[in-house]
Amino acid sequence: MSAQEAAAHAPAEHQTSTGLDNVKLAMWAFLGSECLFFGSLISTYLLYRNRVLDGPRPHEIYDIPYTSVSSFVLLMSSVTMVLALAAIQRGDHRGLRIWLLATAMLGTVFIGGQVYEFTAFVEEGLKLSTSTFGSAFFVMTGFHGAHVTVGIFMLLSLVGMSMFGRLSDADGPRKVELIGLYWHFVDIVWIVIFTVVYLIPTN
Amino acid sequence: MATVVAPRRGIFARPTGATGWLSWVTTVDHKRIGIMYCVTAFAFFIIGGLEALLIRAQLAQPNGEVLSAEAYNQFFTMHGITMIFLVVMPMGVGLMNYLIPLMIGARDVAFPRLNAFSYWVFLLGGLFIYSSFFLGGAPDGGWFGYAPLSTQLPGDGMTFYSLGLQILGVASLAGAVNFIITIINMRAPGMTLMRMPVFVWMSLVTTFLLLFAMPVIAVALFQLMFDRVYEANFFRPSAGGDPLLWQHLFWLFGHPEVYIMILPAMGIVSDVLPTFARKPIFGYAAIVFAGIAIGFMGWGVWAHHMFAAGLGPVANSAFALSTMFIAVPTGVKIFNWIGTLWGGAIRITTPFLFAVGFVAMFIIGGLSGVSHSIVPHDQQQTDTYYIVAHFHYVLFGGAIFGLVAGFYYWWPKVFGYLLSEALGKLHFWLMFIGFNLAFAPMHILGLQGMPRRYYTYPDGMGWNFWNLISTLGGFVIALSFVVFIVNVIRSHKKREEAGDDPWDGRTLEWSIPSPPPEYNFARVPVVQARDDWWHKKYVETPEGEPTRVFAGGANGDDAHGSEEDAGHGIHMPDPSYFPLVASFGLPIMGYGVIFQPVLIGVGALILMLGLFGWVLEPSAEEAH
Amino acid sequence: MTQTGIEHSPREEEELAHHPDPRQYIVVGVWLAIVTALEVAIYYVDSLQDIIVPFLLVFAFIKFFLVVTWFMHLRFDSALFRRLFVSGLVLALVVFAIVMTIFLARGGAVPEIAGG
Repeated sequence: MSAQEAAAHAPAEHQTSTGLDNVKLAMWAFLGSECLFFGSLISTYLLYRNRVLDGPRPHEIYDIPYTSVSSFVLLMSSVTMVLALAAIQRGDHRGLRIWLLATAMLGTVFIGGQVYEFTAFVEEGLKLSTSTFGSAFFVMTGFHGAHVTVGIFMLLSLVGMSMFGRLSDADGPRKVELIGLYWHFVDIVWIVIFTVVYLIPTN
Repeated sequence: MATVVAPRRGIFARPTGATGWLSWVTTVDHKRIGIMYCVTAFAFFIIGGLEALLIRAQLAQPNGEVLSAEAYNQFFTMHGITMIFLVVMPMGVGLMNYLIPLMIGARDVAFPRLNAFSYWVFLLGGLFIYSSFFLGGAPDGGWFGYAPLSTQLPGDGMTFYSLGLQILGVASLAGAVNFIITIINMRAPGMTLMRMPVFVWMSLVTTFLLLFAMPVIAVALFQLMFDRVYEANFFRPSAGGDPLLWQHLFWLFGHPEVYIMILPAMGIVSDVLPTFARKPIFGYAAIVFAGIAIGFMGWGVWAHHMFAAGLGPVANSAFALSTMFIAVPTGVKIFNWIGTLWGGAIRITTPFLFAVGFVAMFIIGGLSGVSHSIVPHDQQQTDTYYIVAHFHYVLFGGAIFGLVAGFYYWWPKVFGYLLSEALGKLHFWLMFIGFNLAFAPMHILGLQGMPRRYYTYPDGMGWNFWNLISTLGGFVIALSFVVFIVNVIRSHKKREEAGDDPWDGRTLEWSIPSPPPEYNFARVPVVQARDDWWHKKYVETPEGEPTRVFAGGANGDDAHGSEEDAGHGIHMPDPSYFPLVASFGLPIMGYGVIFQPVLIGVGALILMLGLFGWVLEPSAEEAH
Repeated sequence: MTQTGIEHSPREEEELAHHPDPRQYIVVGVWLAIVTALEVAIYYVDSLQDIIVPFLLVFAFIKFFLVVTWFMHLRFDSALFRRLFVSGLVLALVVFAIVMTIFLARGGAVPEIAGG
């Protein structure tokens, strides 16, 4: 279908009251809602991190250098994500796929790091059931990890869609932008968690 | 490149039917989805009502033997869950679904498939919770699930509670995002925010409340689930778990939740009363800003549900003040409704009666609510029937009366025929009398010290008489709804054609046929004023009398309307299987958590496949 | 290359014109790395332990702000997106600050459990 036909065929959908895209507005609304979700998880953690009647206390078990590295990895994945968006915005689909894969890979490294950290903690005596600290820690970081994992799936889906030419139309950059927004949000949640959970001293 | 290109298709062939059950199951039309929401919610209302009747039968006499303690706990818990999550919320959403696009001059909501997904998740979530009755017992820890009782109750009931409400929460959150974007972004040209019907404004506030409140209870419910199923310690006192954490998280959701339940009904009443007073709503801007204020302030009052929990005098005082303040915008609305009626040319119809009933009953419920804000008073009222009286006055006397007003008012638009006025008025009076018989005595019982959430009470407390009256009232309410059902059946058979605008309405939905065509508006309207439809019909004489401009409503006779679509070539989104497919994943995951972990993976896979199919499928097929 | 075949509202055109180029993104990335390094560094400086919390919060805020305004493009986008996000963020901060205050005022210490 030619560009003119496409434009004539679906003009109404592009005329929105604010001139802004529906899905992008929806994504920002959803991210606003996620602030409440992670706020609840982090607050629960802050309340419970010092209530340790059994098992290790936070700073007895946290490995700050290790977590710093994985935090850095996730932070850099935001850079690759934004480079992926820049690539498709200038029509560079191969660049898009490379940067998307880089982002997914960095995200996977982060998740791998989380899995390793969780296993290490369990071996050192901190489980979900050990203490309120344990419960709060694992559920909070677990949900964050789940969000990252969903993000990785979405990134890989974008790579697949690009390979099948599904991102070559005018709408492609927008789709990448939306997944990018989600990915960056997951990153900023970790920025908060890294500081509030790991770095800020506990009693 | 050849110009003839094979149409992009989803994974499977698109459903195409316009009639038959498959067309309903794959529909993405907001009107059909709205109808399904309301029908399903009404079915749950009957069930929740039967639960209420069982409760009242048990409490009609001291030492009742209708229900055992265990059964009673399940019934009062399910009654609360049903009425809140499966009746009032979905009825509000159902009306929002049907009406908002019509009221703002749009052809559909922003995300039609997401809309369908919300409905199916709601239906399956409700069925999931109810399946608990057959799978070991229903939730029995109260709809408010206070921990550590809720974490320690044996059986699977409270696990069904935590998972079922999670599933419903997904539906609510999806719906909230959908309607926020619809209202902000899909308005017809000229439909500025301050020209929207009050119902749309109240819906906007409601959806923002949903957006921000649902995540908080999601976390609380997950924590409950982890405690129950995976031995976590969130609410385990022996490990340092704090029951107050549950209460804070729950009521951080729970208080906005009550505004979520009442604001749509307030919006309905704000649109019904002007029609039957032949006057615009008194103080439109005030009523809109009052609604917004309620939305904001509603976040600052949650701990008034915790005055007896030992928060200390500072916290108690702060929340007492904020609770007193929130009565102000509510009061503003009440004065606006009264002001609307004052000096109006009143027509007493069934929807009018229910709307006025709303105002009267809500005043009473609001007054008892203000009495709760006085902490020493509340500490006596807590856990007594005084509280039960309060919330039934605002939720039944308020929300249900308002929603029923909406049903009668918009019935002719949705179905094309009028409901019988005689039977409607009978319904109203029976419901009004029955409601007050059932719940007014509870104020007295509460002040006399009768505790709530108890399956029985002893003889000799002085409570027997009013309990009996209350039970009688309950059965009168039930009778009133029998009248309603009879009304529906007979009116359907009689089919007294309603026409486009049977009530001489003020807002855009009355400018299109009844029932509306699939695309709603043949010409996208260009809005020039608030109550635009009214101003197209009437012009005011120098004396201020409305004079009819033209007779009968076609699709808004404006030459300024968009010419490209006069009923032809209007591109509506196509039906889809995928919202339904994806929605099945959620309850399966729920069953997995309770019974068989492998199902968690199965459900997740179904959800993912459904979502993939959905994303890869265009919202409308290009070749028709 | 601009997007063809799609009608953009004037607002969207404005957004598209403001994309930072990749170099600017890398610069932001470098700043993020530097701030992270600072955070970790002061964690290990013993003399700063008493006042470490404000520093850490400021650093976290800087990183948060950089990602949101530059990577998520919020500084160039319509104010409506910012309002949607900020309302959720501010609401979460306020409401949970109140909850934490209530808990701390009660004395958030571990309750004494008789018999262990």
